[in-house]
Amino acid sequence: MTTSPTPVRGRARGPEPAGVPGRPPWPLLVPALAGIAFLVLPLAGLLVRAPWSTLPQRLAEPQVLQALRLSLVTATVATGVCLLLGVPLAWLLARTDFPGRRLLRALITVPLVLPPVVGGVALLLVLGRRGLVGQWLESAFGISLPFTTAGVVVAEAFVAMPFLVISVEGALRAADPRFEEAAATLGASRWTVFRRVTLPLIAPGVLAGAVLCWARALGEFGATITFAGNFPGSTQTMPLAVYLALETDPEAAVVLSLVLLAVSVLILAGLRERWVNRVGG
Amino acid sequence: MRAPRVIRSAVRPKRLSRWTAAVPLALALAVGAAACGAAPTPAGPGSGSAPPAAGARTLTVFAAASLTGAFTELGRTFEAAHPGTTVRFNFGSSATLAQQIVQGAPADVFAAASPATMKTVTDASLAGEPAVFARNKLQIAVPAGNPAGIDELKDLADARVKVALCAAQVPCGAAAVKALDAAGLTVTPVTLEQDVKATLTKAALGEVDAALVYATDVLASGGKVRGIAFPEADEAINDYPVAALSGAPAGDLARRFVDLVLSQRGGDVLTRAGFEAP
Repeated sequence: MTTSPTPVRGRARGPEPAGVPGRPPWPLLVPALAGIAFLVLPLAGLLVRAPWSTLPQRLAEPQVLQALRLSLVTATVATGVCLLLGVPLAWLLARTDFPGRRLLRALITVPLVLPPVVGGVALLLVLGRRGLVGQWLESAFGISLPFTTAGVVVAEAFVAMPFLVISVEGALRAADPRFEEAAATLGASRWTVFRRVTLPLIAPGVLAGAVLCWARALGEFGATITFAGNFPGSTQTMPLAVYLALETDPEAAVVLSLVLLAVSVLILAGLRERWVNRVGG
Repeated sequence: MRAPRVIRSAVRPKRLSRWTAAVPLALALAVGAAACGAAPTPAGPGSGSAPPAAGARTLTVFAAASLTGAFTELGRTFEAAHPGTTVRFNFGSSATLAQQIVQGAPADVFAAASPATMKTVTDASLAGEPAVFARNKLQIAVPAGNPAGIDELKDLADARVKVALCAAQVPCGAAAVKALDAAGLTVTPVTLEQDVKATLTKAALGEVDAALVYATDVLASGGKVRGIAFPEADEAINDYPVAALSGAPAGDLARRFVDLVLSQRGGDVLTRAGFEAP
């Protein structure tokens, strides 16, 4: 049972790109290069416009560090929440059959389509002080989510969770069901099968989903500012700080964006490095 | 459900797969063509100065979000007075609009919610002399029922009262700071919103007990919030300047639109929306 995931990992994460050898065909190469230019050039624009001479003292401002720390903490906690709720949800969608499953899957992607600001308003209508659930939360437990750091996590998780669910569901559907069937015939319960076979099998998919989810949460703006508001130290994340800096000082906005980009790229690259090394041996 | 579909498409005849590979390319070309086709239309250097191409002219107005109602009405008035002319609006945060204009956005007229944002554009020598056409005053907006029993500005300093303000970087926030300073009050808001409409929303939904917004926003909320005027607002009146832009593709129309905004008729429309005459 413990060895079963190994071949799958090896296949998915082989050191060489799989496929037919030979030069890449131009109908793939040309759009791919255009795609790279399209995605990378705006980044180059930021780098060119960055006020490099004043960069150090701008970075030393306490508000920058405060916003950065808040962003990293909330995005990480939001990803944790998404993993806790999203992986079981993906399993439910991929491994069980019940009426309305297709409708449910469509509903889960709603936060992807919804403009985030509208998502924020929707959250207020449900979890706000006068919201359907929120007024009850406040009267029964004295909990009020808007304008708190917990509110930031809620907004980020709401927007980011579909990324995780869709990735994990895809991984579950692509995973070979024979390992799970074998475990079941050997007498493992469904929970044991999930824990010992399914989860290791889909680990790459879960990680990819978590990374997407974290990145989306880190960049979240609309739902956060609408639901949690904007107050330095408690709810002002980096994207909010960038937006407000843009109102008066576009150069500061460029600096803040670069900080956010650099930190996220470093973390994602570092994470991947560690993870690949651990799996590869 | 999804897996079999993938397999099916993988074993389709070769002709089709080559075809599908070309789709992104075709798409890229189409997008490129659309971008090329769209860009020159408003920016077209000829559209304003060249001999009139028989009617069909477009006037592009960049205006502060708080002007949405009043300017949409003025736009219709202008179109009626100039047959064949279409007025297009780009409403948004004044600071963002000013940035867009400085970066070369094709606009004919700029109406800002503060002299500071207009200055961004005049400093870049992109606009003629701006004229103040309206003024806006702050009010305290409270949700229906006024749950915290707010009567005057000093009630906002109570720590139990949840207050939403605009961030100091945007005009309504700067005005709020001025008014509170004038009253000698220290208010700790729960949130500093990115624009006045977001601040209003927080009060309209009852998430905060009070918010400082413009009188025009209270009026535009259609009764969702109640406005309370306060004397210190006189210390923080916001002037709205308007100017025709120097590079205006539709230069003569731009000047005529500015004239309409400054006219008695324009003033009436603005007053009805809650603005004060300059």
